[in-house]
Amino acid sequence: MTMTSSPAGNRRRTVLIVAITAVVTIGVLAMLINIFERKQEARNTFVRVVDVNDQTDDPAVWGKNFPSQYEGYLRTSEMRKTLFGGSEALPRQATADDPRTTLAKSKLETDPRLIKMWAGYPFSKDYRERRGHAYMLEDQTYTGRQKAAPQPGACVNCHASLVTVYNKVGNGDPVKGFETINHMSYSEVRQMVKHPIACIDCHDPKTMQLRITRPAFLEGIKALKASQGVQDYDPNQQATRQEMRSFVCAQCHVTYFFKGPEKRLTFPWDKGLKVENIMTSENAVPVKEWTHAETGTAMMKARHPEFELWSQGIHARSGVSCADCHMPYKREGGVKISEHHVQSPLFSINRSCQSCHRWEEKELKSRVEEIQTAFFNQRNEAMDALMDLINELKAAKEAGATDEQLAKARELQRRAGYYIDFIVSENSMGFHAPQEAQRILGEAMNNSRLGQLALRDALKGAPVKAAGQKLTAGGGK
Amino acid sequence: MKPLKLSYVLSPLLGLLIGLIAYTFVYAKGYSYLGNNPATCANCHVMNAYYDGWVKGSHKSVATCNDCHTPHNLVGKYFTKASNGFFHSFAFTSGAFPDSIQAKRGSKQVVEQACRHCHSDLTQHIDVAEGRDGTSCVRCHASVGHNENLASDTRFFLKDSAQ
Repeated sequence: MTMTSSPAGNRRRTVLIVAITAVVTIGVLAMLINIFERKQEARNTFVRVVDVNDQTDDPAVWGKNFPSQYEGYLRTSEMRKTLFGGSEALPRQATADDPRTTLAKSKLETDPRLIKMWAGYPFSKDYRERRGHAYMLEDQTYTGRQKAAPQPGACVNCHASLVTVYNKVGNGDPVKGFETINHMSYSEVRQMVKHPIACIDCHDPKTMQLRITRPAFLEGIKALKASQGVQDYDPNQQATRQEMRSFVCAQCHVTYFFKGPEKRLTFPWDKGLKVENIMTSENAVPVKEWTHAETGTAMMKARHPEFELWSQGIHARSGVSCADCHMPYKREGGVKISEHHVQSPLFSINRSCQSCHRWEEKELKSRVEEIQTAFFNQRNEAMDALMDLINELKAAKEAGATDEQLAKARELQRRAGYYIDFIVSENSMGFHAPQEAQRILGEAMNNSRLGQLALRDALKGAPVKAAGQKLTAGGGK
Repeated sequence: MKPLKLSYVLSPLLGLLIGLIAYTFVYAKGYSYLGNNPATCANCHVMNAYYDGWVKGSHKSVATCNDCHTPHNLVGKYFTKASNGFFHSFAFTSGAFPDSIQAKRGSKQVVEQACRHCHSDLTQHIDVAEGRDGTSCVRCHASVGHNENLASDTRFFLKDSAQ
C-alpha cells in the first residue's frame, strides 16, 4: 500500500492495459483478415457459375458469373440530376396503354422553342430528359412519338438487346437480320426483343472482350476509315483495346438517319465526323426527314452525336475513352473492375477525373459547370436566332411568298436547324468538345441571321401584305 | 497476491498479441518494407496502377519508389516509412480512402524535395527566382514518375480527318 500505488490505482492501470491491448489486437486482427481477403480476391477474380454463349440474351444469367458488374448495370435505373444532365423521377399514374410509373421531365416544357424547331415532326410531341440504360426499351415503346407517327423497326437497333434477334431473323447472318428488321414496323420488332441493351451487345461471351455487334457501326466506321485512306477497316480485328472502350458506345451514341425505302440505319461518316461532314455526306444530302410545319422547309434530324462531338474534343485527342469517364475503374476488394453503372462522371469525380487531373473535386466540378453554363447561354442565343428565322419565313410564306423566294432562307434554316439540333440533342451540354460546340453554335447563329437577310433580300421591293398576294420572283430589282 | 494472479492471466494474453503481431508482420511481408525494392510497394493491389505507371515512366531507370517518396536521410526515410505504413494500413483496413488515391500535403512535400535532391543544379535557379514555396516541379512534370499517357494507344484519333 505504501510501496506502490493503491489497489484502486492498480486496478485502473490493469484495466487500461487490457483496454489498449484489446484495441491493438482488434486492429491487428482486422488488418490480418483484410490482407487475407484481398489475397484471396486477387487469386480468383471470377468464378464461372454458368456457361454463357451467343444465345444467352438474359443479362441476369451473365450476372451470375459477374455479380459486381451486373449490380452496376442494374443501377442504371437510378434517376439523378446534375446541373444540366440527367433527370429526377417524376411520379406518374400507370395507364392501360402506358404502364410506366415514373417519367423523366419533358424538355419541351422546359424549352418550348424546341417545339417550333421540330414543328411537324414527332419530336415536337414528346421529348424528355435522358435517363439510364435501364429505361431505353420501355421509354421508346411508350413515348408520345409512337402515337404521333408509327416508328420504324430500325429504331430498335439501339433500344434493345439484339444479338440473338439479328442471328435468328437473319438465319445466322446478323447483317441480313439487321437489313430485315430495319424496314419492319416498330411493333413487329418490339415483340421479338426482351431486354434493353445487355452484356451480350458489347462482350464476346467466350472471352468477355469488347466487340462490335451493330452492323450500322461497322459500316459507318469503315466508311470513315476509308475517307482517311484505310480500306476494309474492321474494328473487331483492328481496333486497340482503348479504341474499343469508345467504339462499343459509338454503336448507339451517334447521329444517324434511315437510308432509302429499305430504311437502312446509316451513320453518315463518309466525309468525317464534324457536323458539316455529316450534313454533306453523300448519303445525307437528299435526306428529307420531315417538312417543317411552319415554313415548309425540308428538314433533317440530328440525334445524340456524343461520339462525333467527343471525337473533336481534347479528351479524345488525349486518348481518353468513353469508358474511362463514364465507366471508371473501381475497387471491389482486391479486384479492379469497370463501373457498369454508366452515368455522368460528375457523380464519380474522384474515379473519373482525379485519376488524371490533380485538383480538388470541387474545383473540377466547377470547371465542368462553367463550360456547360457558357454553352447553355450561347445555345439560348442560337435558339433565339433560329426562332427569328422561322418566324420570318412563316410570315413570308403565309403572305404568299413563292418557293423560289423562300429557297435560300429555307436552305439556311435547314442548316441552322440541323446544327442546333446536333448540339442540343448531344448529351453533354457542350462538354465533350467545348470549343467545337461553341463553333457549331456560332455557325448556327450566323446561318439563322443570314437566312433572315436572304429572305429580306428576296422579298425586297415586294412588300409582304395580305396572304395570297403574288410577289415578284427574285425580289427587288 | 492478487495482482500477481492477474499478471498470470495477462502475460499469456500479451504474448498472444505479440505472436499475432509477429505472424501478421510475416504474413504481410512486413520485413520487405524495410528495403528499397519497388515491388514491395505493390504488395497492396491498390498500388498496382502506380507501380505500372512507374515501370512505363522516364524515371524508372534512375529512381525507385523510395527515391521520390521518402526523404534522403536515414531518420526521415524510416520515419516516413513508419508513418505511411501506419496510415496506409489504417486506410486499407478501414476502407476509408478514395479509389483514385490523393497525395497528402506532407507526401507532396517529400516528392518536391526529392526532385530538388537530384536536380539541384537546375532547381536552385528556379527556386531563387520564384521563391521556394511557389514552385511545384510535378505540377508540370506530372508524368515523369508515373507515365499515364494514353496517347500511344489511340491510332484512331491521331489520324482523324483534319478538314
